[in-house]
Amino acid sequence: MNRDQHADVSTDFDHTSPAWVADPFPIWDELRGTCPVAHSDRYGGVWLPTRHADVSAIANDTEHFTSRSVVVTNHRPPMELAPQGIAPPISSDPPYHQDARRMLLPAFSPQNIDKLVPSTRAYCRELLGAMQDRDVFDAAAEYAQHIPVRVIANMLGLPEADGDVFRGFVHDVLEGVARPLEERIETFLALLAYLQGHIDDHVANPRDDMISFLLEAEIDGTRLDHFQVARTVGLLLIAGIDTTWSAIGASLWHLAKTPTDRERLVADPSMIPTAVEEFLRAYAPVTMARLVREDFEFQGCPMKAEEWILLSFPAANRDPEVFDRPDEVLIDRQPNRHAAFGLGIHRCAGSHLARMEIRVALEEFLKAFPSFELADPDPDAVSWSAGQVRGPRVLPIKVGA
Amino acid sequence: MKIQFDREKCQGHGRCYALVPSLFECDDEGYAVVNELGELDVAQVHGARLAADNCPEFAITVE
Ligand code: HEM
Ligand code: SF4
Repeated sequence: MNRDQHADVSTDFDHTSPAWVADPFPIWDELRGTCPVAHSDRYGGVWLPTRHADVSAIANDTEHFTSRSVVVTNHRPPMELAPQGIAPPISSDPPYHQDARRMLLPAFSPQNIDKLVPSTRAYCRELLGAMQDRDVFDAAAEYAQHIPVRVIANMLGLPEADGDVFRGFVHDVLEGVARPLEERIETFLALLAYLQGHIDDHVANPRDDMISFLLEAEIDGTRLDHFQVARTVGLLLIAGIDTTWSAIGASLWHLAKTPTDRERLVADPSMIPTAVEEFLRAYAPVTMARLVREDFEFQGCPMKAEEWILLSFPAANRDPEVFDRPDEVLIDRQPNRHAAFGLGIHRCAGSHLARMEIRVALEEFLKAFPSFELADPDPDAVSWSAGQVRGPRVLPIKVGA
Repeated sequence: MKIQFDREKCQGHGRCYALVPSLFECDDEGYAVVNELGELDVAQVHGARLAADNCPEFAITVE
C-alpha cells in the first residue's frame, strides 16, 4: 500500500466497505505495523486494535469498556439497559454477567454437546445425500448454512421448518447495521414476538429442551420472566447460526483451493480437530465490539465515552508477535493459542457446540466428497458476508475429478 | 516439575482437556480441573507444556 491509501485506512476504515469484506487481512497487517490502535470517525467514532496484546487487554478490562452493545451501528442502546443489556450474557457487564452466563454453561458443556454428535452427523449425511448426483453446488448455501440452524432449532425446541424465518432475523441483526434504528428495533421485536409464541407453547407443554429449561431457570432465586427467556433464546439464535455457518464455509473454501491439505485430511481424518483450530485461527469469523465507558487513554489514544471499540479477534489471530508465519494456514499448527472464541469473561459459551459442528461437518463432507475444488477460479465467484461475522455466503464447489 | 493452574484466568476454552485428557478434565460448566499428580514424569511434562502453550488465557504454567 502507498502512503495515501494508508492515511485513508488508519483514519477512515469501515468494516462494512467492499475492500474490507473481500479481503480484510492486508488492512489489518498494514495497521498493525503503522497504527496499531486506529481510529475512524464513522459510526460516531470507532477504535480498532489489531495487536493481540491490545485486543486481549481490552477484552479483559470490563471496567473501562462495556458490552452494553457488541454490534457497531450508528446508535447506542439506552444506558438504562445496563448492566443486563438487550441479550444477556453477551450484552451484560459484571457482576450480572456471571449469573446469566452460568445459567447457560452446563447445557453447552462438552459432556452435553457430545450427546448431539449422532443427530448432527445424521443431518450432515442427509444434506450431502441430496447432492450426490450433482457436479456443482453451493457449499455455503446448500450445506454449511443448514447445519447450525437445524442443530440449534432442535436444542432450543423450535421447529426445524422455521429455519428460514429465524435465519432472516439473524441476518437483519448482524448485517443490517446501516438501517435506521426504528427498522432494527422492529426486526428485533418481530423476533421476540415469534419466540413468544413458542414460549407460550412450552409453558403449556413442557419438554426436554432449552426453552423449557430456561422457563424453569432462576437467577438469584428468581425465575426468568418470559421476556428474559425470549431475549436469551434470541441471543442463542444470533450467536449460534451465522458464526458456525461461516466457520464451516471458510474451512471448505480453504480445502477447495488447497488440494494438499484436503488430501491430508482425507487420508487421516484424526487430524481434523487440529485443522479445525487452525481454520478458526486463520479465518476467525467473529469480531465483537465494546463501548468506551468514560473518557480514557489507552496506549496513548484519547478514547471518548461512547466511542466504539471493534474488538477484532480475527486480527489478533494474525499477529506475528503470537503466531509464527501468521498468514500461512498450517493445518497441523502447534501450539495454536488462537482467540477465535474471544478472550476473558465473555468467552464463547457455545464454543464446544461450534467445534463439534465444524468437525462433524468436515468429516462427513470429506467422506462424501474426497475430491472437490472451487467451481470457478474467479475470486468474485465466492461472496463473503459484510459486518462483524465473516464467512462465505456463496461458495460454488465442483466435486469429483 | 508441576502444573500451576490459575482458576481465575481460566475461561473454559477447553483446549487443555481436549488435547491432554490425562492431565486435565472439565467441570460441569466447561472450566478446567487439573488432575492432582504432584511431580510430573517426562511424558506428563510434555503434555502439560502442550496444554500451557495452547491455553488462550495463559491460565496454565509448568514450573
Ligand atoms: C465458530 C462459531 C462461533 C464463533 C467463532 C463464536 C465466537 C464468539 C465470540 C468471539 C464471543 C465473545 C463475545 C464477546 O467477547 O463479547 C462469543 C460469545 C458467545 N457465543 Fe459464540 N461463537 C460461535 C458459535 C456459537 C454457538 C454455536 C453458540 C450457541 C448456540 C454461541 C453462543 C455464544 C454466547 C451465548 C456468547 C456470550 C457469552 C458471554 O457473554 O458470556 N456461539 N462467541
Ligand atoms: S485451555 Fe485454558 S482457559 Fe481453556 S479450559 Fe484449559 S485452562 Fe481453561
